[in-house]
Amino acid sequence: MVEIFASKGVHPPENKDLSSDKELRPLSGISELRIPIQQHIGAPLEPTVERGDKVERWEKIADSEAFVSAPIHSPVSGEVKGIEKISVPAGDRVEAIIISPDEDEYSEDGEDNKVTERSLQSISPDEIRNAVREAGIAGMGGAMFPTHVKLSVPEDKNIDHFILNGAECEPYLTVDHRLMVEKTEKILRGLKLLMKATGVEDGIIAIEENKPDAIDKMKKMVENEDNIEVEVLPSRYPQGGETVLIKSLLDREVPVGGLPLDVGVIVNNVATAAAVADAVDRGKPLVDRPLTISGQGISEPGNYIVPIGTPIERVIEAAGGFSGEIGKVVAGGPMLGKAQASLSAPVVKGTSGILIMRKEEVEKFEPDPCIKCARCVDVCPVDLVPLNLEKYARGKKVEKLEEYKVENCIECGSCSYICPAQRPLVHYIRLGKIHLNEQQQSE
Amino acid sequence: MNSDELVVSSSPHVRDKETVLGIMWKVVLALIPATIWATYFFGLRSLSIVAVSILVCVLSEYAFQKIRGIKITISDGSAVLTGLLLALTLPPAVPLWVVAVGALVSITFGKQVFGGLGSNPFNPALVGRAFITAAYPVIMTTWTIDGQTMATPLAQYADGITTDYWRLFLGTIPGSLGETSALFLLVGAAYLIYSGILNWRIPVGMIATVLIFTGIIGHDPLFHLLAGSMILGAFYMATDMVTTPVTPLGRWIFGIGAGILVVLIRVWGGYEEGVMYAILLMNMTVPLVDRYTRPKSLGEVE
Repeated sequence: MVEIFASKGVHPPENKDLSSDKELRPLSGISELRIPIQQHIGAPLEPTVERGDKVERWEKIADSEAFVSAPIHSPVSGEVKGIEKISVPAGDRVEAIIISPDEDEYSEDGEDNKVTERSLQSISPDEIRNAVREAGIAGMGGAMFPTHVKLSVPEDKNIDHFILNGAECEPYLTVDHRLMVEKTEKILRGLKLLMKATGVEDGIIAIEENKPDAIDKMKKMVENEDNIEVEVLPSRYPQGGETVLIKSLLDREVPVGGLPLDVGVIVNNVATAAAVADAVDRGKPLVDRPLTISGQGISEPGNYIVPIGTPIERVIEAAGGFSGEIGKVVAGGPMLGKAQASLSAPVVKGTSGILIMRKEEVEKFEPDPCIKCARCVDVCPVDLVPLNLEKYARGKKVEKLEEYKVENCIECGSCSYICPAQRPLVHYIRLGKIHLNEQQQSE
Repeated sequence: MNSDELVVSSSPHVRDKETVLGIMWKVVLALIPATIWATYFFGLRSLSIVAVSILVCVLSEYAFQKIRGIKITISDGSAVLTGLLLALTLPPAVPLWVVAVGALVSITFGKQVFGGLGSNPFNPALVGRAFITAAYPVIMTTWTIDGQTMATPLAQYADGITTDYWRLFLGTIPGSLGETSALFLLVGAAYLIYSGILNWRIPVGMIATVLIFTGIIGHDPLFHLLAGSMILGAFYMATDMVTTPVTPLGRWIFGIGAGILVVLIRVWGGYEEGVMYAILLMNMTVPLVDRYTRPKSLGEVE
């Protein structure tokens, strides 16, 4: 009986082989960089430069006094062309610092490329936190939550596990995969620094089984570490969702409205760990990030190291341009990514991929009535009843939305994916959350 | 590339290939073996019953929607499926005009008055069948093979006459067109389980309940499973998605409840067969069952 053996979640065609064996390489040829001053969840930043200023490579260009914030830096030396509102991948318009680089070619290394790997004993947790904060690191899995905040564990919380998320369950994306294969050591170093910063004893690196070479390399790397394990997970979307991951690995449930901290866990993405190692050992701020550009609509799918602020269209050019007639450009993966209205939107700290879909792949459909097949109930990784949530969200039935725990939805989109009537379930559930929020705020 | 041509919609940007139409046709396909058996065993007339039932179902849906001035949805396959299911529950000698009445009631009073596909509380085919059973009780309880009137195994069982299991399994017994052959119904059910379309909890709950309950009261459990419309009902009627619960626990409750009602009606009720009423009665409980069996979602902890 199929259903008995199948777990929760869905398994869309992975399409990872388009780019999974393409090595990470720096984007060749950069143009104007458009660096949004808000790339994190939290307080907005104030620019520290003005139009006409010269900036150095890795120079801080915006910061804030607020604790929950992450400063931004210039990836290159160049000139500030202006500060203006631009469209960002999330869809809104945000102030951005426009920088014209002095050179065309981008290097991910610093001027002298000095690496000083100090022993863990000689670095204090505060030093690590400060370095992470000064480097402007924010969750690179997509959430863009300032990392140093995660590392500041409240006194009353006892954290026993640090999880590095290398699940990469989104179809098409292969950037975490490549990082684990090519920068294994850096990721492990990052994890150790993160554990040191938080005083956590046990580390887990979680990888889906569809990345055997990454699993091998990581396993070899941790052979002599008795407090760090590599855990292999079934390839199933949304395995990499924070709450799902914690449930899979440790059988703990993050309470509704709570944080992984509440169950003794901190989760970070593998790319974030690599950035932490760079920040501490090389003093490198988060000025570039690895990303996958893939899909049927791009000539040369691949994995690139892209300076933050690079317009999406520049990445498309670097990957050989479009192939065929294009229907949709998505920042992120096909399950969670945001469709872009403008290709001039920049790559930001949370952009893990760019997906180019051909016109024929982009379906336009009129939803059928719900036939209550309950596939959405069967696949929901957090055991909600999506068909009811959709109905109540459409009818703005706020009490019902609350009764059916709309706020617990992780918006993974498995329900919309599986719906045979093509109903935009998660879309309405997001609206439902807004309705509930509005109601609660007016009370 | 002009940005105006980009499609912007909310995630996800990929979808599973299964459609409502696909599901309907797969269930129809699953019923083909039983339909072929009916044609072979009861004769070619079976096909006219099937044809009339499907045709009238589709036409009723078309007419109803045309009159209301709403979108015509006969191409979604659901009316065809209702027509086929209804036909398979009818006695071989049923007059075609009775078939037509049943089909008309199925679609209009069973489905369209509630708003069409997805909105009906009762299984439409069973609504039609219940209506003609009440309206034409003699026609609906006259069982024939090759023109000979015979008693069904369930009726004989009440009189202490047993039927060979093998005949029950293969279907060489009097009964409704599509209910007699457990074998061919199970072939189709296996295909539906393989395709991931069947809510296995309902048939498993229903059948297990009937087996256990009849065993406890000293009846022959295997006979109760194979006789009458147990298999047809459990796998094809009690699993109608629209009219059954959506929660895992709710599906168990539905199946077990239907199983209990089947035995109550068969053993102590006024009818020899109780599957149809058991399912219709359980259909009524669905909104309540769904409401009180909402799964505890991840993170709903103290």
